[in-house]
Amino acid sequence: MPLAYSLPSNLSPATVTNTSSLLRIIALSLISGAAIASRLFAVINFESIIHEFDPWFNYRATRVLAEKGFYEFWNWFDPTAWYPLGRVVGGTIYPGLMATSGVIYNVLHALHLPVDIRNICVLLAPGFSALTAWSTYMFTKEMKDESAGLLAAAFIGIAPGYISRSVAGSYDNEAIAIFLLMFTFYCWIKALKTGSAFFGTLTALFYFYMVAAWGGYAFITNMIPLHALALVLMGRFSSRLYVAYSSWYAIGTLASMQVPFVGFQPVRTSEHMAALGVFGLLQIVAFAELVRAHVSSKQFQSILYGSVIAIAVLGALAFGGLTYKGWIAPWTGRFYSLWDTGYAKKYIPIIASVSEHQPTAWPSFFMDLQFLIFLFPAGVVLCFRELRDEHVFVIIYAVVASYFAGVMVRLMLTLTPVVCVAAAVAFSSLLDTYLDPAEPAVSEAAALSAEADIAADSPASTSAAGTGAAASGTSKKAKKAASADSSSSGFGSGLAAAFSNKSDKSRGIFGLDTRSLVIANALGMLLFFVLHCTYVTQHIIDDFREAYYWLRQNTPKDAVVMSWWDYGYQIAGMADRPTLVDNNTWNNTHIATVGKAMSSSEEVAYPILRKHDVDYVLVIFGGLIGYSGDDINKFLWMVRIAQGVWPDEIQEPNYFTQKGEYRIDDAAPPAMKNSLMYKMSYYRFADLFGGNQAIDRVRGQQVPKTGPTLDHLEEAFTSENWIVRIYQVKKEDPLGRDLKSANAFEQGKKRKKSKPLVRRKAVV
Amino acid sequence: MPATKTAPPAKQTVSHAQSHPLLSLWNAYYESTSTRLKTIDAFLVFLVLSGVIQFLYCILVSNFPFNAFLAGCVGQFVLAASLRAQVNPANRSEFKEVSPERAFADFALGSIVLHFFVYNFLG
Repeated sequence: MPLAYSLPSNLSPATVTNTSSLLRIIALSLISGAAIASRLFAVINFESIIHEFDPWFNYRATRVLAEKGFYEFWNWFDPTAWYPLGRVVGGTIYPGLMATSGVIYNVLHALHLPVDIRNICVLLAPGFSALTAWSTYMFTKEMKDESAGLLAAAFIGIAPGYISRSVAGSYDNEAIAIFLLMFTFYCWIKALKTGSAFFGTLTALFYFYMVAAWGGYAFITNMIPLHALALVLMGRFSSRLYVAYSSWYAIGTLASMQVPFVGFQPVRTSEHMAALGVFGLLQIVAFAELVRAHVSSKQFQSILYGSVIAIAVLGALAFGGLTYKGWIAPWTGRFYSLWDTGYAKKYIPIIASVSEHQPTAWPSFFMDLQFLIFLFPAGVVLCFRELRDEHVFVIIYAVVASYFAGVMVRLMLTLTPVVCVAAAVAFSSLLDTYLDPAEPAVSEAAALSAEADIAADSPASTSAAGTGAAASGTSKKAKKAASADSSSSGFGSGLAAAFSNKSDKSRGIFGLDTRSLVIANALGMLLFFVLHCTYVTQHIIDDFREAYYWLRQNTPKDAVVMSWWDYGYQIAGMADRPTLVDNNTWNNTHIATVGKAMSSSEEVAYPILRKHDVDYVLVIFGGLIGYSGDDINKFLWMVRIAQGVWPDEIQEPNYFTQKGEYRIDDAAPPAMKNSLMYKMSYYRFADLFGGNQAIDRVRGQQVPKTGPTLDHLEEAFTSENWIVRIYQVKKEDPLGRDLKSANAFEQGKKRKKSKPLVRRKAVV
Repeated sequence: MPATKTAPPAKQTVSHAQSHPLLSLWNAYYESTSTRLKTIDAFLVFLVLSGVIQFLYCILVSNFPFNAFLAGCVGQFVLAASLRAQVNPANRSEFKEVSPERAFADFALGSIVLHFFVYNFLG
């Protein structure tokens, strides 16, 4: 058989296996290193610090856990949140994340390594991303082979869709949840393949960990039953499926009920009913199979039909009855919003107001996944070609996750792993085909000349790739690790082994030129992917830190800060000041109060502020540098939430122009212009442009030259890029005048006097 | 069509010979199953009976320790049934990697983990 290039033939198979496994280990550790390193930009550029919103709360909780022990943490009541109500923390969170850092902290301290709890929290997410890469490798290995596994590990290690949630300092549930997700799925596939109750138990344990760590565990709760159901419907029921599913469900469900926040939900709510139903179905099918093994099939059918119909009727009746009697809770709002994207907007504005819950815009698919997104369908198609049980899983996962990622931005995160897996399968099939040195026999090729060039992955070449799995794995891994030396040796030796037991093939690739062209292209794509990933992970704005530091240094410790709830945890953690509302949105009325204060005029808002002892009001404004996640963009949600509680006083249509546009320029409606939020955002904004037309870069609209005036608040701080603006609430006038006339008096008297000292830098 | 036509007579001859499908099922089971599997089956039957008693108690008397009701015997039943599937010689081809000894070890581990959580529910 002709070869495209020669291979060394003097290597023993043992050497080839050993070298390839060594290279695999090296590649995996390099991938882990890259995954961790690419998440450390923030720590290197600034300092080791916790980011953003939720992580601050998690960090505070972890500190309590580390300092006071687990029982104290369980009973922790936080008086500074939800001022003046406070919050019971222990029973209302997923404790997995804190427990993980607590365990790491205690282990390190037991080893006499006095590491600060903050550093553990900051570095937890990068550390777990390395574990995610490893578990993705294991998962993909089950799908195809080691080489695809390594590619998948490399992809997930640096895919921006996952990096954005796991950079150093983003200490959130998702940081460990993706690792748990992938590892649970890996255990499940393994349990299904081998039919081992051991892996089933392991799946259950990691499922338990996942339940303790992230609310997204419901994804696993429904993915596995869906897979099992699909297999049963495809006529692929086997005892292995029974063993794997039963051991997972029985132990996993009981374990998940240990988490206080979950409690009896697994037997009470509809989200968990699919798992229970499939569990029951499998019991029936297994019993039927057993009976069939003992009687002739004719009798079996007569028994089977009767019993199956009886059981199905009974089951449906029981489910209906239980729902009717209220034992099984109906679907929750979050669930409906997954199917009807307009649902949340209509009924539960508080869920829809979170920017993470918005439908995904198409550019973010590209930003998060780059070239993986167009390899993804190819990988799914390749799964259809083999269609073993585990491929069915990937296909279902791909379909479900794609849908959910389209519905909600935050669910992009669950899509990322499967995209990496599918893309890796596709990419490694491509490399398998084009690195394979065997050329098709000329006589046959002449007959098939038309197809010969196109052949992507003929059955012959897949079988060849199968026999030489480890071998061709070596080559790709070596490419991936970008070590030219090891590449040539590992590559050649691997293919020598592959070649020895290969038969003639009808289709394949001719010559070296085609091969080098395609492979160079493929490597180029990988290179651009890496560039893209490093580019995306690098921009961070420092305004938040600056502003919170100002709050911490310049305000009394008991000064109450009002802001929209998104920033609650951040203020509590970074500035250490009490807040009115925070990211745990359990009290809608309280949030609506803040929404009302923000959306009504100063005169209406002022008594609200005074009644809640508010000393400072904080707004986020992105108009200057184009930060689109600012309060003006969230403003309609404040209005809607407030309207939900005070429909007489706040009406959403008042905040639109006659034509129904949302404007902030001269054409803005009076309700908009008089609202506290508008005034605080654009106060003195026009001055910044020195007489030129002021432009809001987020909305792309021109801001009126004469900006709003404030009587009841005064500007206290504005950060460098104007992202964070803090206003102090004035006390009642000492002379008993209302603040408006007092302010007018001041203005009239001392027009020439310079403004009170405001720390602000000139911005170019 | 031919299949449906021939089906009833075939069935009748069988039922004439062995009087009832269920009885024939029992006979087939009794003859073809090894003692080892019968032991496991006895355990399974015991678990089902105790489950039925618990369920009756739950309906008739009170479901007060709801935990205990849930924790009951379903898990154990399922694990034992898995064990049965794994050691069944008929399934040898499916479980290439699981020997009967390994299956029992898996069963023991699963039961320990299960009862760890069950025990946690008792408190």
